[in-house]
Amino acid sequence: MNVIYTDNNATTKVAEEVIEEMLPYFGEYYGNPSSMHTFGDQVGKKLKQARQRVADLIHADPEEIVFTSCGTESDNSAIFSALNANPDKKRIITSNVEHPAILNLFKYLRDKKGYDAVFVPVDEKGCLDLDMLYDSLTDDTAIVSLMWANNETGVIFPIAEIAEKVTEKGILFHTDAVQAAGKIPIDVTVSHVDMLSLSGHKIHAPKGVGVLYVKKGIKFYPYVIGGHQEKGRRGGTENTVSIIGLGRACELAAQHLPVVGTQVKELRDYLQKQLLEKIPSVSVNGDQAIRLPNTLSIGFDAVEGESILLMLDKEGICASSGSACTSGSLDPSHVLMAMKVPFKSAHGTIRFSLSHYNTKEEMDHIVKTMVPAIETLRAMSPFWKDGKMV
Amino acid sequence: MWDYTDKVKDHFMHPRNVGELKDANAIGETGSLNCGDALKLFLKVNENERIVDASFMTFGCASAVASSSALTEIIKGMTLDEAAKITNEDIADYLGGLPKEKMHCSVMGKSALKKAIADYRGVQIMEKPGEMVCECFEVTDLEIIDAVKANGLETTEDVTNYLKAGGGCGKCLDRIEEVIDSVKAKG
Repeated sequence: MNVIYTDNNATTKVAEEVIEEMLPYFGEYYGNPSSMHTFGDQVGKKLKQARQRVADLIHADPEEIVFTSCGTESDNSAIFSALNANPDKKRIITSNVEHPAILNLFKYLRDKKGYDAVFVPVDEKGCLDLDMLYDSLTDDTAIVSLMWANNETGVIFPIAEIAEKVTEKGILFHTDAVQAAGKIPIDVTVSHVDMLSLSGHKIHAPKGVGVLYVKKGIKFYPYVIGGHQEKGRRGGTENTVSIIGLGRACELAAQHLPVVGTQVKELRDYLQKQLLEKIPSVSVNGDQAIRLPNTLSIGFDAVEGESILLMLDKEGICASSGSACTSGSLDPSHVLMAMKVPFKSAHGTIRFSLSHYNTKEEMDHIVKTMVPAIETLRAMSPFWKDGKMV
Repeated sequence: MWDYTDKVKDHFMHPRNVGELKDANAIGETGSLNCGDALKLFLKVNENERIVDASFMTFGCASAVASSSALTEIIKGMTLDEAAKITNEDIADYLGGLPKEKMHCSVMGKSALKKAIADYRGVQIMEKPGEMVCECFEVTDLEIIDAVKANGLETTEDVTNYLKAGGGCGKCLDRIEEVIDSVKAKG
């Protein structure tokens, strides 16, 4: 069965060009980039090239790039560094729709370390309450961390504006740009963030590699303490193969940015329009005007997400649901709850996240599968009768 | 992805006895839209209190649909007294087991059945005895104690998996832990 992959906010296909770039470094070129011999140094040179390529994607200087093992490590490193740099400050600020890498870290810091964690709310469209954010900035604030774009809804926060307001008060600002990278332009010379997290596997590089951008002049305290790697900012021998792959992936991402902004967006809009037209009682979650071009979070009244996913899975279609439906917690995701999406559609929310590998034929197949799937599930649902909610 | 048995998948993809039973004379409803799953069970009971037909309508995940489908298959042909003895484990066993995180789906079947039988017999289900612990899913301390004893549950997570208690707002998790500890203390 052909796989139709529309779960790119979860992970992406490793690009063939990336695999090609990495292959020699699995085998022939196994040297340690830090070694004092030509054999190791040829890997070192390749690592340097990768660092340049990553820096170019976000318009940074290569010296500002620290390689990590994943987006979560980048997030953790950024926050702990900020706390170490500001040992007397007790307030930490984020939003209530963050990825668990930030959300659970902030809860841990609040519950176990006594920090005054502020979770700024969002409105029904998933947009941040900026007034509350700015009002909560105090002299006691160690760090503000906000995601650039939301993984579930694709809603984009105004990071340039926020970064300016936060940093002009002398407060450190970190952004989790894991979902934004490769989908919308990121330019650290325009958005003055102090630290920024990226993840390889969201942009067609392999899993197990991430990046933390640390602006020049920011005092940085390493999270993984060890050797001199990454100029002492992250100990541990580099994951050379994946880093080299990530470099190539960043180069490709820069090339594909215009395609994502046009063709991928058109596909997403087409899928959205078709589903809205062909299925009644459907609603789109999140602000449609300021959303990642590849993401569609769409709720189907009176049915449950996992059931929809299994029906899609039968046709080889990969997507995600908006309800966790794990460990007995039947609550819809924290993001949809924070947006006060009504239960009737929150439980039946599906996220389609596209890439430039998707085609119009695939969108048609998704629609063709979704229409009868929703009909079947609604025929079974006690909350659906005669074509509407009861 | 959940490790569903082939039987669960079969009962989800090809559910038995779906839809409203027009001449039902007993109906049991449990769950709600807000909870994330709900089951409406229809029974046709003859003058000898035998279930001659059963059907269901379910809103929920695959295991909720499969558990409902299994329940209707199990109880068809039984007398109400026989059906009343069905436990949630019977429903799970019929399906070759459920992931432990999904055991509450079988509990939902048991609960709808109990309500349908009460509906037929015209008896009011008494207010639940005991102290209400989980307001979201209306679970009492006595129910938690029973589930902990019967299934050897050890953590709040186990309790949530079986009874859903604590799976909503989470405010009662500390109280659930106290209840578990009290059972453990008594041995």
